[in-house]
Amino acid sequence: MAATKIPNIIVVGGGLAGLSASIKIAEAGGHVDLFSIVPVKRSHSVCAQGGINAAKNLKGEGDTTWQHFDDTVYGGDFLANQPPVKAMCDAAPGIIDLLDRMGVPFNRTPEGLLDFRRFGGTLYHRTAFAGATTGQQLLYALDEQVRRYESEGRVTKHEHWEFLSAVLDNQRACRGICAMDLRSMEVRTFPADALVVATGGIGAIFGKSTNSVVCTGTAQSALYQQGCYYANGEFIQVHPTSIPGEDKLRLMSESARGEGGRIWVPKKAGDKRDPKSIPEAERWYFLEEWYPKYGNLVTRDVATRAIHKVVYEYGLGIDGQPMVYLDLTHIDRATLDRKLEGILEIYEKFVGDDPRVTPMKIFPGMHYTMGGLWVDYNQATNIKGIYAAGECEFGYHGANRLGANSLVSCIWGGFVAGPQALLYAKNTATSTDGLSSNVFEAERKRQEDANAALINNQGTENPFRLWRELGELMTRNCTVIRYNKPLQETDAKLVELLERFDRVNLSDKSSWANTSFAFTRQLYNMLQLSRVIAQGAAMRNESRGAHYKPEFPERDDKNWLKTTKAYFAPDADEPRFEFEPVDISLIPPRPRRYDMAK
Amino acid sequence: MARTVILKIKRQDNPAAQPHWEEFELTWKPGMNVISSMMEIAANPVTRERKPTTSIAYDSNCLEEVCGSCAMLINGRARMACSALVDKLEQPITLEPFTKFPVIRDLQVDRSVLFENLKRVKAWVPVDGTYDLGSGPRVSPNEQEHAYPLSRCISCCCCMEACPQFNEKTGFVGAATIAQVRLFNQHPTGKALKHERLQALMGDGGIQECGYAQNCVEVCPKDIPLTTAIADTGREVIKQAFKDFFRS
Repeated sequence: MAATKIPNIIVVGGGLAGLSASIKIAEAGGHVDLFSIVPVKRSHSVCAQGGINAAKNLKGEGDTTWQHFDDTVYGGDFLANQPPVKAMCDAAPGIIDLLDRMGVPFNRTPEGLLDFRRFGGTLYHRTAFAGATTGQQLLYALDEQVRRYESEGRVTKHEHWEFLSAVLDNQRACRGICAMDLRSMEVRTFPADALVVATGGIGAIFGKSTNSVVCTGTAQSALYQQGCYYANGEFIQVHPTSIPGEDKLRLMSESARGEGGRIWVPKKAGDKRDPKSIPEAERWYFLEEWYPKYGNLVTRDVATRAIHKVVYEYGLGIDGQPMVYLDLTHIDRATLDRKLEGILEIYEKFVGDDPRVTPMKIFPGMHYTMGGLWVDYNQATNIKGIYAAGECEFGYHGANRLGANSLVSCIWGGFVAGPQALLYAKNTATSTDGLSSNVFEAERKRQEDANAALINNQGTENPFRLWRELGELMTRNCTVIRYNKPLQETDAKLVELLERFDRVNLSDKSSWANTSFAFTRQLYNMLQLSRVIAQGAAMRNESRGAHYKPEFPERDDKNWLKTTKAYFAPDADEPRFEFEPVDISLIPPRPRRYDMAK
Repeated sequence: MARTVILKIKRQDNPAAQPHWEEFELTWKPGMNVISSMMEIAANPVTRERKPTTSIAYDSNCLEEVCGSCAMLINGRARMACSALVDKLEQPITLEPFTKFPVIRDLQVDRSVLFENLKRVKAWVPVDGTYDLGSGPRVSPNEQEHAYPLSRCISCCCCMEACPQFNEKTGFVGAATIAQVRLFNQHPTGKALKHERLQALMGDGGIQECGYAQNCVEVCPKDIPLTTAIADTGREVIKQAFKDFFRS
């Protein structure tokens, strides 16, 4: 390869991970083709509210990056490979400084230093924040830096393009991607020396979740079907506090509890009194009672199961409904506005009550996937030339993610994946110039044929109704509490939904900005990935982090301290599984308890 | 009879096609908003006259009024569809695409002009690099409390749609971009590009096109102090113009 050629890297996804990777590649002299379904500034990272973790120890508590590392591994119930987690926690304070230099309006102490709040699963003030819209502010800072590189010609954006598949050569190495313009519906291939996938979460698989509309997992699923391993798919985080809605479950940030919010229910079932008029003695602050050390700031999996128990086993949901109170009314208005305004505004706008005056009604909602594309410690997948970063990969959070660790893992993952992809492009890859155009043409034709088949399909199934069924099925059987029989039935039902997908009929057969067509393509990939989740959950006969089976209530390190690795068997059209030992070289596993200090 | 919701939606198949209206009648549910109504239509694409039709094309993503995607005219007002609660809207609810941006299809429009404008005014902090170069500048809580509201702009373009001066004749850059100039010009490092940003706001389509109608601040879903930002920036532009004049 000629030394003068500028390596070209494709980054798919313009959230925090994709933008971080793009910035690193452009800064090091590479060129980036950045693909995104939405304008990158509208990516799902904007929804992150509470903050970003880094052990800066600015509160005199003696916090250290090792403590952050230990909290993360412990919070993840020892399922994460430890070296990359340590590297992330070590890098986090520098990342906060960088974001600060980029102009993120972090909240400040009176002296003008960064302010930090508490979050779940730790006893330290470790979370830097910009009001209650931290993800938005971080994404904007990176978006601005990418815009700067764009104006210098080092990044080319392809917004409103959807990734369909990787282009693989005869040695199964990645040579580019095949994508579809969501307006003209044109299918095209784009060559690249390496690929970074940063396509976020999979919330749509659960119908309603806290995720954005684009978080379908379609890209990860397509890559899994092309041969990428998908790891720990069964680990799904259900956030304890979301606002139930018709179109989605809106997140109510953990920062509400970090700033002193308390969760409670009336002690008397079906108590119809105005919550403000219920005396303290008649309220049950069950998290504070059960977990005196961490109180309302236990990890998300623990808080979610506790709320479930209070509602379904004790029958104490507010007014008989599946809801509990999240109460901020004891905190003064000025503090709430300064630190939590963004989320209070969401509650006010979408529910109509002022949470400064009335306790909020909340319930757990699907929020995050700890599982994702399998990557090594350099963010490389098992397919040569394909890297992954952010929520779409499995690397940092083990069996349960700590609040405010996602933003740092996205940025850190991008900061590793970008330079690694560039290194691969420079050292390993042979140029795409001499490559036969056949591999590109073959992939384009494969995708165009699939599109033609879908648009001409004759049948009776409406894709949006199939999707609703998928969401209800997955939410019922693959979230908070899991039993083996329903899990096995879920997989059988998924096979049935895939069969019904063959009879899908599009109401819209046009070839311009056909949003239901694009959605239906995604739906197929959602169904395939759902089987990885359901089967993985059925196999793992233990309870660990977010994966809880009453039939197997204990963590079982002897048999299950393992990473689940699913791969697609094309001949059988279904997932197969392998298991890999977890790298516990730095912290030996110990029991995880939140009713006492670690 | 079950309570229903009536929507009147302006549809257009492609940029060259003629627009037409369709009406939909949906079963009322508690907590409905404009987006969940359109999700209902997608699951059952039939008009009020029982004619089969296609699902509505619209932009949306976060549904929490923070990504800026789902802006449209709802009962004639520029606003976000996700936070438009059906119970608070007069019926029939009319949905139309923005009028000052090219229509892609139905309620989707091309708002890329805003992102181009942000490039023109260099709306970024010119950092030296992404390596670990130590902590950022000290910022007082007071300064942070001024910057943060401006930094919450979601690029929805409601302010531009509502502005009488934002049209092809003036080429006015619009309130959102000016507020970003204000934001970056007050940042300790962002200041380095202050004069370039102010110069970008001079001349045709620049800040002087603002007619002080104040529609922008009224429709902004994030309550950004847009008119204050325009007034502050306007003064800075005049100062810069004087400086440039005496320097040349």
